[in-house]
Amino acid sequence: MTEQGVRWTADQVLALAPDSASRKAGSKLAAPGPWSGTGSSREGIVWGLCRGGGGTSYRTAVDVASAVGGPGPAYTCSCPSRKFPCKHALGLLLLWSGGEEAVPAGREPEWAEQWVAGRRRTQEKRAAGAEGSASGPVDAEGVRRRAERRAARITGGVTELEERLTDLLRSGLAGAEQAGYGLWEETAARMVDAQAPGLAARVRELGAIPASGPGWPVRLLEECALLHLLDRGWLHRERLPADLAATVRSRVGLPSSAAGPPVRDQWLVLAQYDTPDPKLTTRRIWLYGATTGRTALLLSYGAAGRSPDVTLPVGLAMDAELSAYPGAGQPRAALGEQFAPPAPTGARPPGVSTHEAAARYGEALRRDPWQESVPVTLADVVPTPDGDSWQLADAQGDTALPLTSAALARPGLWRLAALSGGAPVRVFGECGHRGFTPLTAWPTGPGEAVRLC
Amino acid sequence: MNTPSALPTAAVWDELITAALLGTDRRTPPGATPGRNAPTALLDAAAAETVRRRAGLRPGRAAPRPEPAAEDPRTPLPTAAARRLALLLADRPGAVAGGRRGASPDLMELLPQWLTAVNARGFAAPPETLPALLDAARARTDLRAAALEFAGPRALWLARLNPDWRFALRAAPGGGTALPGPAEAERTERLWQEGLFAERVALLASIRSRDPDAARELLAATWSTERAEDRLMFLDSLRTGLAPRDEPFLEQALADRSRNVRATAAELLSALPGSALAARMAVRAGACVAVDHTQDTPTLLVEAPHECDAAMERDGVSPHAPPGRGERSWWFGQLLEAAPLATWPARLGGRTPQQIVALPVADDWLSELHAAWCRAAVRQRDADWSRALLGAPSSPGAGGPGAVSLAERAKLLGTLPSSERAGWVAGFIAAHGLSEAFQLLGVCSVPWAAPLGRAVVDALNIARDAGSYPWSFSGVMGLAERCLDPAEASRLDALLAVPDEPEDASPGAGGYWAEAFQRLGRTLRLRALMAEELGPRAPRGQGA
Repeated sequence: MTEQGVRWTADQVLALAPDSASRKAGSKLAAPGPWSGTGSSREGIVWGLCRGGGGTSYRTAVDVASAVGGPGPAYTCSCPSRKFPCKHALGLLLLWSGGEEAVPAGREPEWAEQWVAGRRRTQEKRAAGAEGSASGPVDAEGVRRRAERRAARITGGVTELEERLTDLLRSGLAGAEQAGYGLWEETAARMVDAQAPGLAARVRELGAIPASGPGWPVRLLEECALLHLLDRGWLHRERLPADLAATVRSRVGLPSSAAGPPVRDQWLVLAQYDTPDPKLTTRRIWLYGATTGRTALLLSYGAAGRSPDVTLPVGLAMDAELSAYPGAGQPRAALGEQFAPPAPTGARPPGVSTHEAAARYGEALRRDPWQESVPVTLADVVPTPDGDSWQLADAQGDTALPLTSAALARPGLWRLAALSGGAPVRVFGECGHRGFTPLTAWPTGPGEAVRLC
Repeated sequence: MNTPSALPTAAVWDELITAALLGTDRRTPPGATPGRNAPTALLDAAAAETVRRRAGLRPGRAAPRPEPAAEDPRTPLPTAAARRLALLLADRPGAVAGGRRGASPDLMELLPQWLTAVNARGFAAPPETLPALLDAARARTDLRAAALEFAGPRALWLARLNPDWRFALRAAPGGGTALPGPAEAERTERLWQEGLFAERVALLASIRSRDPDAARELLAATWSTERAEDRLMFLDSLRTGLAPRDEPFLEQALADRSRNVRATAAELLSALPGSALAARMAVRAGACVAVDHTQDTPTLLVEAPHECDAAMERDGVSPHAPPGRGERSWWFGQLLEAAPLATWPARLGGRTPQQIVALPVADDWLSELHAAWCRAAVRQRDADWSRALLGAPSSPGAGGPGAVSLAERAKLLGTLPSSERAGWVAGFIAAHGLSEAFQLLGVCSVPWAAPLGRAVVDALNIARDAGSYPWSFSGVMGLAERCLDPAEASRLDALLAVPDEPEDASPGAGGYWAEAFQRLGRTLRLRALMAEELGPRAPRGQGA
């Protein structure tokens, strides 16, 4: 379990912070000064008392292992902060990451023990509750009827959307530039009413395309055509192969659950990044299974102002089970049982050439034509400036993948360039029709994973 | 990905786009019949084409790859220290607005010291931290030199790719190309002949630091063709490693066309007590000061020069006094400043510097005389004379020997060995408190020696008991955070508690003092930890 040597790095701890102010405040508490009674147990609990302003001391504890229940660390702190994790939890973890001296191994004090026990109880109750409802009497008929009603509403929405699209093409995309955003907003709202959030999101994106700069008609036609393809897929879902039908259902926005068999592996955390939205923060975590060679995606959500609760530091690996979500070529999975907390590893994902990366995206489209990008590790590429843009060029050969415009705007680009210094690096990222978005890189030769997002 | 495979359908796609833009009412898409179903047919065809196009994407052609960054031969930073760097750089200004400083260490204030330590040990920065280091160096000019040294050659490579970091290329001599080494005679010659001014200054300084004679010879070869401002800067570089062998060149420069160059040459010569110029000055100055034995106690008599002749001017004496100063005392000051201090014991009856400084001086010449000796002691780095002129640290501030100002005392202290310097300042603080100590503390070496540290902490404690607020001492407090020996942290333990407030104390001061001492203690512990993380100190260039 959490013995010395498997402590996280400061970078990994700082990645837990909900915002930069917390990062700064946490860094300041990463000194032994305000702390007393610190320690960490073999079970992965870290605790300590932090002297705050006005003479009060806060009790802070972190469950780094969280092995029984949900993934990622769990926190408790007696401070009044609404931030999560609070600066004390961050400071404590940073201190712990510093090593044995500041946070010695030991047995947790009673208050920390109680917290851990309390958490375990809740988790067991929740697990028992879930089983209880599953084993209870199921209104199979009611479930079927509700599903049918929802499908009928979606079909109504899809039919309406098809009319919108054919109207648009009958009168021409050129008019779409003037039509403006409002029209699409209204259509998106109709899709929400039709309980098809996947369609609603796509429709909303259509509205933004005419203002997206040169080449917009091509992009608009592409997205309209793919939306049309999804509509057709829904209307004919009975005739599709089961996998493709599942993909269509999930693209339209029907909820599904991870039904695949649990796959146990050493899962290397390749990348973690958040996409903030005013209402909801989406966190994506890419994992690579050392034995199975599978790449999986964990999604987790946080309400406004709260950091999503799953956190897996990049570069660590964990012994855990994942279950896949239904759908052809779907990388999404759910985290099942964890057998040990995430621990440092020297493992790196195997890489491919730029040619093979592009081919993989092509293949993925066969199973899921709506796929924007696929996760790929490039083996030996040199980040190369190309006019105002950048590309990743194969160290051997003369081909290159351009970086996406989103990647160009991120500070990670410069970390990547610095790491490379003109020499080949290994880069994990998302490869799609817009280009490559680097997320994590490893230097040639020894060295830890470097986060780029 | 910019190269869709060359399918024969490229033309079909173009037609689809045209039809889509104009609308199917105006343009029938390829393969469709006009009418109600044309839009659906267009969407069907476009969907197939879109997926086909995306699936057929191939990598594009690689642009010319960047020239790889120069090798960085330095030792990689230890893991713990790399983690510390991430923390120090995460603490950027701007996130939290100002206000009281609270009890937490100010990490940004520790970055300069940390950079000095890693640079002294010759560690290389982890490449992925370079962007943050460059940003920090850009925001804070006081960090710039140390941050860029630590960032090393790869940071300059990076700076060439990002206009935000152009400053790094300007700051680095030669725009990031390494200066030629001792074996690269040809490159040295070319850079000296063709380089930009800043490059040439850097080159001269680097050669001077390893081979003073070679630097002087390089300079002498082009001396007559250099512009006056450039000559002045180049001449200044001879301060490093100044030795009697530089004398002939400097003597020659005494005849320079430019007055500033002449003055600088004279100043450098006078810092060589064995030089001919120093001997000439000794004769001139000696004629101005004598012991008068006709009084009850021996007294120094001063007879300032009556004129500034051409020879004096040639030796760097400036003939025109600034407004408000008498010409004769102006010349007198310059003569004494440039005369070797060894002149005086011989001239004044074999007395030691101490005894000389203690002699009474006739006719109000005392401050003029002592001030000139102070300047001479600093210029000639003469510890004996500095000691004599500084006097006892406990003597009253204004009435010290020669009424030496704090700025002059700081300079005189600079000529003493560091332990003696610390002891003197400790004595000064014990006698006079902290209010005037800031400037003197600044010249003490870091970390402060134990007696000095103790004196500062005691004085802070006294200031607290006297009922003032800690921010009256924020300058010294900040210095203490950076300069106190971390081993002294335990001495602060007794000061961390909030004391009971006496009736006459400033409201709330006790709490603020406790907070200030807490921050001091935490900062010291953090500095100790930071030093530990860098590992045992090994001489540079050793090891693997």
